[in-house]
Amino acid sequence: MSEVPSMDEAVSSGQGAPPLVIDIRGATKVFNPGKSNQVEALDEIDLSVGPGEFITLIGPSGCGKSTLLRLVASLIPPSTGTVQVNAKPAEQARLDRDYGMAFQTAGLFDWRTVTKNIELPLELMGWSRGARRRRAAEMLELVKLSEFANHHPSELSGGMQQRVAIARALSFSPSLLLMDEPFGALDEMTREHMQDELLRIWKETETTVVFVTHSIPEAVYLSTQVVVMSPRPGGIASVIDVDLGDRNASTRDDPAFFTKVTEVRTALRKVEE
Amino acid sequence: MPSTDTMADTDDPLVREHRIKQQAAQEQRRDAVVRVVRQTVTFVVFLGLLAGLYTGYKAFGQAIDDRQHDWAVVGSVLPRTDDLNMPPVSEIFGQFGETPGGQDQIYVKILFDEALFTLREAFAGFMVGLVIGMAIALALAQWRRLEQGLLPYVIASQTIPLIAIAPIIVIWGRKNFDVFPWEWQDWMSVSVIATYLTFFPVAVNGLRGLQSPRPENKELMESYAASWSQTLWRLRLPASLPYLFAALKIAATASIVGAVVGEISAGVEGGLGRRILREAFNYTTGPDRLFASVLGAAVLGIFVFLVVTAVERLVVGNQTQESTT
Repeated sequence: MSEVPSMDEAVSSGQGAPPLVIDIRGATKVFNPGKSNQVEALDEIDLSVGPGEFITLIGPSGCGKSTLLRLVASLIPPSTGTVQVNAKPAEQARLDRDYGMAFQTAGLFDWRTVTKNIELPLELMGWSRGARRRRAAEMLELVKLSEFANHHPSELSGGMQQRVAIARALSFSPSLLLMDEPFGALDEMTREHMQDELLRIWKETETTVVFVTHSIPEAVYLSTQVVVMSPRPGGIASVIDVDLGDRNASTRDDPAFFTKVTEVRTALRKVEE
Repeated sequence: MPSTDTMADTDDPLVREHRIKQQAAQEQRRDAVVRVVRQTVTFVVFLGLLAGLYTGYKAFGQAIDDRQHDWAVVGSVLPRTDDLNMPPVSEIFGQFGETPGGQDQIYVKILFDEALFTLREAFAGFMVGLVIGMAIALALAQWRRLEQGLLPYVIASQTIPLIAIAPIIVIWGRKNFDVFPWEWQDWMSVSVIATYLTFFPVAVNGLRGLQSPRPENKELMESYAASWSQTLWRLRLPASLPYLFAALKIAATASIVGAVVGEISAGVEGGLGRRILREAFNYTTGPDRLFASVLGAAVLGIFVFLVVTAVERLVVGNQTQESTT
């Protein structure tokens, strides 16, 4: 009889449901609490993300999607509630370097070559020079920029810089990739190209991705799940599953794609009211 | 550099775009050489024009002086242009090759040796000022409160007249600075004065530089759980270099000014400052020597500026612009 609970536990955390990569429960975030400029950024967020998912956070500006991403990254602590990454507190996950992060600006270090930029996290983790070089070369191959290994960021176009930033974020093979509007500053053509590149990399590396955007087609094209957020205070309005199979050139013209775009747009309209 | 062949058969629009940029960069490098040549030529032409202007004005004034009785009013309004007030350019430059009485060396060699003496004072002061300035910048960057509290005093320190503190520092140096393991010499007091002028621009610009990384760069380092010193060495210090070098150019020339003025007001023998003071005393017997020695100080100032610029090229290179996306 006494073995029953442990059996239960084994079932629930075993084969039945794979362990969650992100598990957020009742998280709220209040900036400047108790002061005149107090802002309730997030209210009662519950969100769980399984391994290998590609989820997008979308919502009007000021809905706290970037704040939510930073809670997961443990760059800011939640005011209340818990944020768990890989079944441990987000803070610990950050210290264990469980995730890589990419920002709206590539944020490459101008004084380092492309290779040295990709090596940056590996340096901080104490990898040997040889291992760093090898991994940076692999990553450059992954993002198809091998011939630019010794260039400086200022010599690359915006799209190429973002690819280097993605290579840097993935260089130490984190299980989770956090992206904060990484393609926001790119022109439409480059952006679509980068989306395809990202999906290819996602499949090759089997990383879990959390992606912040304010573009509806981008969200639908990339994700397995679109999380629609509402503003003031930020909350999750709805979660829309997207199942469009393998994306390719024709996906963007697929009626199913447009149906999903409309569904997300409708959800966003409701949120705005 | 990838060959044009491998780049031609790429179907990647980003790579193709890059090729165009690459070509532009090559042209930029060619332009750089042209620029250096043009700058040098401009500088020489400018110097020539300056000498011409000086000589022309002198000739003009002389012509007026010659008919002083006709144009009494104009003659007394214009500054005097005789050889005592404005020695001819040829005499000033000729002075470099001459051997002053009681010396066994030509003047330019004497100036060179004294410039080295002043340079040593200035360099020692500059280096100490660099360290102190960066230490202050780091402390201010680390503790925001300190910035509000301490910065006004750092600024106030620069309003104390140099001429007032120079003798004090020399007197302290002779009497009180025996705590150091080496014997304190007067030129070191002059270095302290140079330090005093150097640390300020370094502290102010160093602080701006250390605070210059964009928020996402700081977040990036935090996301890697980077330590304070890792963030300092890999992000904040490299990011501060362009700011720092802007300050170092000012600081380098200021350290020369500090050393020259320090020598004069502290009465330290052996450098350009003392030379200028002595030539000023002997002005009536050799005005061209004062002009020549002042030129020497100017050349020294330009020299240290160019040295800092060259070090900047080596350390920072030309990757400081752009890359904003």
